[in-house]
Amino acid sequence: MREISCDEIIKVIRDLCIDAGCNLGDDVEAAFDKAIETDESPVAVEVIKELKENSQIAREELVPICQDCGLAVLFIELGQEVHIVGGDFKEAVNEGVRQGYADGFLRKSACHPFTRKNTGDNTPAIIHTEIVPGDKMKITIAPKGGGSENMSRVTMLTPAVGIEGVKDFVVQRLSEAGSNPCPPTVIGIGVGGTFERSAFLAKKALLRKIGERNPDPELAAAEKEVLERINKLGIGPMGYGGNTTSLDVLFEMEPCHIASLPCAVNVQCHAARHKEAVI
Amino acid sequence: MSEQIKLTTPLSDEDVEKLNIGDKVFLSGTIYTGRDAAHKRLVDLLDEGKELPIDIKGQIIYYVGPAPAKPGQAIGSAGPTTSYRMDAYAYRLMELGLKGMIGKGNRAPEVIEAMKKHKTVYFGATGGAGALIAKSIKKAEIVAYEELGPEAIRKLEVEDFPVVVVNDVRGGDLYVEGAKKYRKE
Repeated sequence: MREISCDEIIKVIRDLCIDAGCNLGDDVEAAFDKAIETDESPVAVEVIKELKENSQIAREELVPICQDCGLAVLFIELGQEVHIVGGDFKEAVNEGVRQGYADGFLRKSACHPFTRKNTGDNTPAIIHTEIVPGDKMKITIAPKGGGSENMSRVTMLTPAVGIEGVKDFVVQRLSEAGSNPCPPTVIGIGVGGTFERSAFLAKKALLRKIGERNPDPELAAAEKEVLERINKLGIGPMGYGGNTTSLDVLFEMEPCHIASLPCAVNVQCHAARHKEAVI
Repeated sequence: MSEQIKLTTPLSDEDVEKLNIGDKVFLSGTIYTGRDAAHKRLVDLLDEGKELPIDIKGQIIYYVGPAPAKPGQAIGSAGPTTSYRMDAYAYRLMELGLKGMIGKGNRAPEVIEAMKKHKTVYFGATGGAGALIAKSIKKAEIVAYEELGPEAIRKLEVEDFPVVVVNDVRGGDLYVEGAKKYRKE
């Protein structure tokens, strides 16, 4: 057994919170550059240039890319040979989030659902833990903003509609979402599993880099087709009109019940933040 | 963008009447922040027949919950939040003379109608560009509901704060017109 201390987990998560909040990934920057070259709308190009400048300021001054620094969503792959010592694992994750959001001057957005009272430290974090072979721990943080998350949906389709039904549902959803989720967006789609598993898969899809296709050729083709259809809607950056409504569409799929076809769409704004570390 | 216009708050009916959808506007002067919880409190006060903590006449409300300021900064990242959540409250403030709202995303048809009636403009700010937008905010001071944290009402002093006219006082809608122009097939 390899020992990993809670103190180390706290430190790593603290740093990941700040890194994710202030440093946009290269894949998103590259997608901005492509949009600046290809979008037919001058207004769209102007908006994307602003987003690029914004991400440069955030990186240079180490300030949040967006004031909505999100709820802290953590994907943790825990090697089965690891023994966590020196405290309570869940509390260590929350302490890392607490320290990261305080030290990074990140906005705390967690609140009571009804009284709307802010918890004050952005906890509790949303923690997805998976036990995997090995003696390491991989921690990925994907801070999730509320504006785009609110445009997400889970639906239970009938098996008869097949992959075409899934594609239509996604395009329809993005058409309805319009300007609300801060386009250009990145779209995570989870197909299969159960009701809640499809939503998890949709969020997990967002951990991939922009342009990284699903290894299944049918899904890879669906990703490209849905992206093209969304961009033909004309919504454009911020909804001001243009050809860049989404930067990418990413599918994840698993088997489901013979009676079901669960489908989830997780909408991510252009601040597609995710950072990982391996202990 | 069709035109670039500079405006200083408070705004008059004449100021907003000349604005058209797609115009790029640079705002200077005072603007107030307010989002979900603050709006609920303001409207609760009106329901009770009480006065608001700010004089809203001729003013602009920016739907934002800023990140905390780092030492030396006036304000942390401060981009717009999605506006439809404020639709239920907006018309009450327009009745009191609110001249502008800054946010992002679609407004309800009733809100767009009320904007025509009360001569109020809806401006879009670039969502997610919080670090860039913060550069045009020179001063920030909490004026009400400090306990709401990021949702407290702040008085901002801004210089050339960049916005785009999304809904003008004639019912024009940039979201509808923009998508129509670039929609394919």
